Amino acid sequence: MSEPIVKIQHVDKYFGENHVIKDLNLEIEEGEFLTLLGPSGCGKTTILRMVAGFEDATNGIIEVQGERVEDKEAYERDVNTVFQSYALFPHMTVYDNIAYGLVVKKVPKDEIKERVKEMLELVQLMGFEGRRPDAMSGGQKQRVAIARALINNPKVLLLDEPLGALDLQLRKQMQIELKRLQQKLNITFVYVTHDQEEAMTMSDRIAVMKDGIIEHLATPREIYAKPRTKFVASFIGESNIFSGHVTEIEDGIATVETKFGKGRMPAEDFKVGDVAHLCIRPEVLQYSKEPVDGFSISGQVKNMIFVGSVHRTLIGMDEEYDARINRVKYDTAYNEGDTLYLHWEMEDVTGIHGQEDEIDA
Amino acid sequence: MRRMKNAPAAATAGPVSIWMIIFVMAPMIYVFVISFMTRDPYGGIEAKFTFENYTEMLQPLYLKVILKSFKLAFYTTVICLLVGYPMAYWIASKKPSTAAKMLMLVMIPYWTSSLVRLYSANLLAMPNGFLNTALLKLHIISEPLNLLYSDTMVLMGLLITCLPFSVLPLYSSIEKLDKSLIEASKDLGARPVQTFFKVIVPQTMPGIVGCIILVFIPALGMYYVPDVMGGGKVMLIGTLVKNQFLVTKNWPFGASMAILLILITLAILWIYTRFNKLEDLEVV
Repeated sequence: MSEPIVKIQHVDKYFGENHVIKDLNLEIEEGEFLTLLGPSGCGKTTILRMVAGFEDATNGIIEVQGERVEDKEAYERDVNTVFQSYALFPHMTVYDNIAYGLVVKKVPKDEIKERVKEMLELVQLMGFEGRRPDAMSGGQKQRVAIARALINNPKVLLLDEPLGALDLQLRKQMQIELKRLQQKLNITFVYVTHDQEEAMTMSDRIAVMKDGIIEHLATPREIYAKPRTKFVASFIGESNIFSGHVTEIEDGIATVETKFGKGRMPAEDFKVGDVAHLCIRPEVLQYSKEPVDGFSISGQVKNMIFVGSVHRTLIGMDEEYDARINRVKYDTAYNEGDTLYLHWEMEDVTGIHGQEDEIDA
Repeated sequence: MRRMKNAPAAATAGPVSIWMIIFVMAPMIYVFVISFMTRDPYGGIEAKFTFENYTEMLQPLYLKVILKSFKLAFYTTVICLLVGYPMAYWIASKKPSTAAKMLMLVMIPYWTSSLVRLYSANLLAMPNGFLNTALLKLHIISEPLNLLYSDTMVLMGLLITCLPFSVLPLYSSIEKLDKSLIEASKDLGARPVQTFFKVIVPQTMPGIVGCIILVFIPALGMYYVPDVMGGGKVMLIGTLVKNQFLVTKNWPFGASMAILLILITLAILWIYTRFNKLEDLEVV
């Protein structure tokens, strides 16, 4: 594998007393679409801003194309940014906005004209050259912002929640378009979002972040199928999580005693006494009216909701926790109030190591 | 019904309108009318129509005064911009509570009588004043500089009087500047100077124009500043108007000069409104 195009090593960032990025390591491969995903305040935008050069890392090394950039000003770095608020220059036309990056580099006028035309074609905004940003819709402004950032032929394009201000329809359309652009131009995209579906749709790899730490960095498929932490399991898609201690290991199968009853999972590297989170996706969580051998987790059918693409059944485990089952077809075999026993196939459960204090959560 | 609806508007705008008519419109019309009349030998006004008051201004003596007024007002404006802009930018970069305190510091001198400030500036510039003593002690000069009652001191006086007016409109437009535009400019490879002239200046144009209007127009017509700082030796349009009314008792000629000042002011505002909407004007 070739050298990573962006390399972040042991980076810390403090805002005053606030430790927002904690000893972060991240290698971004050339040409990939990498998404930093996490709830607001997790530090994802800060990472982007440190790579762009708007924030200094308190400690650590940031390399772009094998070159250290910590001491380089934003205007000296070969990366460009698409801002959340677009940040188009309101006093300039679309043409001047897109041309800006070349104008400040004193590129000959004819060449600029050529490149701007290319960019306008790329983002499908031919004929909008003379418009002012304030006379354009959100989606159009977004395209201008993308064209403006791409005209410099950046090695890495940084996108800070670029679709956040658009409505759902347009957002989905732009997601596909961004992915198409990225594949066509073969530029590395580093994308920041808090929308897990958006991250799933576009990314080659996703870095799920929480409190300044990358909890899981992998392909969307891997993250969905085998979340590494409890947070990742609950943040990406829907998950049923049952927590408890491993009480027994036999033939590679571990039994976990949770407060709702017993469940099983492949033992892997778990030992008796370990804290384990059993994580099962709603679409593969199975149920029956009689307990299945090795399982004793049960609850009452609380609610059956039609959410459009699936039928969702909520099973009340206790006052606070509901397990979820998603099925394409409506199951008429049970009714609200019935007691159901939950179980699952060994390939559908992910065992996640946990801490003592996470059991009740 | 219709009348009832307009009643609150009339009640609020009415007194102001009456005030404006009595104290602004009427005197202006009066000044305009007498500017076309003749002075009588006793300093009164004779109702005899003439253009002479206007042609009189074309005499080299008066043209020189007008030119000098423009020159000093221009310097004042340029210096106010050069000093006021960085200052306003610096204040705007502070957090709001600090910025408010700093703006207060800018305004406090403005609340002291400007005459007091002008006289104290004169005191500093006296041959045995602080400035000369300091320069002599530092061996930068060997003889006291003769600063008093010169064009330079008048310029100083205009600056002292006008600087607060320049900081406020500049501050209010710099403070509104969208910081992400500066980041976008940097991100696209613009060096700081390029970012300043291509993004920051155009984006703060309303403040710059507001500053020009608030400094240039008053600086052009100021009469007590040249009086105090120029010791009666420096003659500007403002002093000329004042002298015609109070000293020479040639009211018609003074009036024509005043009309000239008003026309210049209107011309500047007109040019401004041609390029910008008036409501964009940043005057705090």
